[in-house]
Amino acid sequence: MKVAHRIVLHFPPAATDQPIIYRLSKDYDLVFNILKASVSPQEEGLMVLDLSGEEADYQRGAEYLRKHGVQLQPLVQDIRKNDDRCVDCGACVGVCPTEALTLERPSMRVLFDPDQCVVCGECVPCCPVEAMELRF
Amino acid sequence: MAKTLEEINEKIRKGQVVVVTAEEMVDVVAEKGPKGAADAIDVVTTGTFGPMCSSGAMMNVGHPQPRIKLGGGQVRLNRVPAYAGLAAVDVYIGATAIPDDDPRNAVFPGEFRYGGGHVIEDLAAGRRVLLEATAYGTDCYPRREIATWITLKELNEAYLLNPRNGYQNYNVAVNRSDRTIYTYMGTLKAQLGSANYCSAGQLSPLLNDPHYRTVGVGSRIFLGGGIGYVVWHGTQHSPGAKRNERGVPMGGAGTLAVLGDLKQMDSKWLRGASFRGYGATLIVGLGIPIPVLDEEIAAQTGISDSEIAAPVVDYSGPYPERRPEVICHVSYAQLKCGQIEAEGKTIPTTPLSSYPRAQEIAGTLKEWIIGGKFELSAPVAGLPGADSGMVMGPMPDSPPDQADIGR
Ligand code: SF4
Ligand code: SF4
Repeated sequence: MKVAHRIVLHFPPAATDQPIIYRLSKDYDLVFNILKASVSPQEEGLMVLDLSGEEADYQRGAEYLRKHGVQLQPLVQDIRKNDDRCVDCGACVGVCPTEALTLERPSMRVLFDPDQCVVCGECVPCCPVEAMELRF
Repeated sequence: MAKTLEEINEKIRKGQVVVVTAEEMVDVVAEKGPKGAADAIDVVTTGTFGPMCSSGAMMNVGHPQPRIKLGGGQVRLNRVPAYAGLAAVDVYIGATAIPDDDPRNAVFPGEFRYGGGHVIEDLAAGRRVLLEATAYGTDCYPRREIATWITLKELNEAYLLNPRNGYQNYNVAVNRSDRTIYTYMGTLKAQLGSANYCSAGQLSPLLNDPHYRTVGVGSRIFLGGGIGYVVWHGTQHSPGAKRNERGVPMGGAGTLAVLGDLKQMDSKWLRGASFRGYGATLIVGLGIPIPVLDEEIAAQTGISDSEIAAPVVDYSGPYPERRPEVICHVSYAQLKCGQIEAEGKTIPTTPLSSYPRAQEIAGTLKEWIIGGKFELSAPVAGLPGADSGMVMGPMPDSPPDQADIGR
């Protein structure tokens, strides 16, 4: 049976400079389409991609990723910033892999641009006042 | 010309007082010089809005019928344990307390979604809070358990009593290790991937009065949206910390113990907060007015972000192991630009302490003073200064021997 999944991959620093995604296609026959990536050598990385292929291959591919310390997470639907709760502390800006959350200067206000958001969910647990809301 | 505090208060009463925020004062001093600024300006307002773990609320919850002695018993507020080792119905809830069944860091990093800081926010917002308690029962306090909803307005007294707020300056936290770490300074990315700082810099209260000339025991302040007071120097007050040529501490240094009526406060300025992997806390809004009594005070309130330096500290090794190791110093002007340089790397910065809220607090205090709602108070005792010899010591290292255990 064919499956297609949109997933978020979290790479540990050691895994980012290995050709992991290439192996997925070569050894596991999976078709991938990278939607967003922020992976640079020697740092923790994050990638959002569509992955499709045979169910059994997908499961084996997922196992291969986990074995290399890569975390898999299904992509959620929607992220919102609740401006009534946000205190402009900036804690989310540091963890956002894209430029969806930015600090405007010199006002030092935190701005959220939904178009840049890859919905990785990183900002949600990191916000101290639960201002970043996840909707499935 | 030097002014007295009484002259300034007289101007407040007459509606003639001139007040600026510490941010505005930077430009005033740059333009008029310290002397001109001292003549022109009467009060400089400061503000800060950041997580302050050493915070809590003292309350008297009233006596039920029949009576219960919470003292020596166990008290929970929305399932968060509160301290009751006091008289019958006095209770203290600390910002970092968490429910007994919170998973903590069992699944790392823990979320710490609700704690004492959130209870305080809920009370300040007027939301009801569930008090549950057990006691051992006495002839005069026979009851052994109770559960009741309480709200702030029903409490006899409720005041914020924070043993340590308003750190004069603070570390910039980085992480040299190979994994992300989760700290009270937020999430720190591996290999110097992020630098988190936590001070309002030029707007921060004690950075505008580096030698504690005007702030002391009894100073009236903005606390959590209401009026509060400095009641003592804060815990870990270390006035002897290293200072730069302008007398501004290059790290931690002074702290304040503050108190204020929770019933006057606003949950906008008291926010329960969760730091992933670390714990729960309270974000506190604090603002202090500095009377511009003379040229020296004018000059010090005019110090800008570029003249205040903070130490960059590695929270992956040196901090937890308490090694006094500083990677380098960076200015708040650099930190606010969004990146700093350390060990040959460009590191993106994150504030944690909210500068826009700090501005709002300084602005509110300014309005209160101009509107005649807030007069300055002279301290009844000073805070220990650099010459006091006061330093923050470590925990005693005297492990008990076998004979001591179980005594
Ligand atoms: S979910 Fe949050 S962290 Fe992830 S891209 Fe969107 S805003 Fe950034
Ligand atoms: S972490 Fe939360 S409160 Fe802080 S700026 Fe981001 S959304 Fe706002």
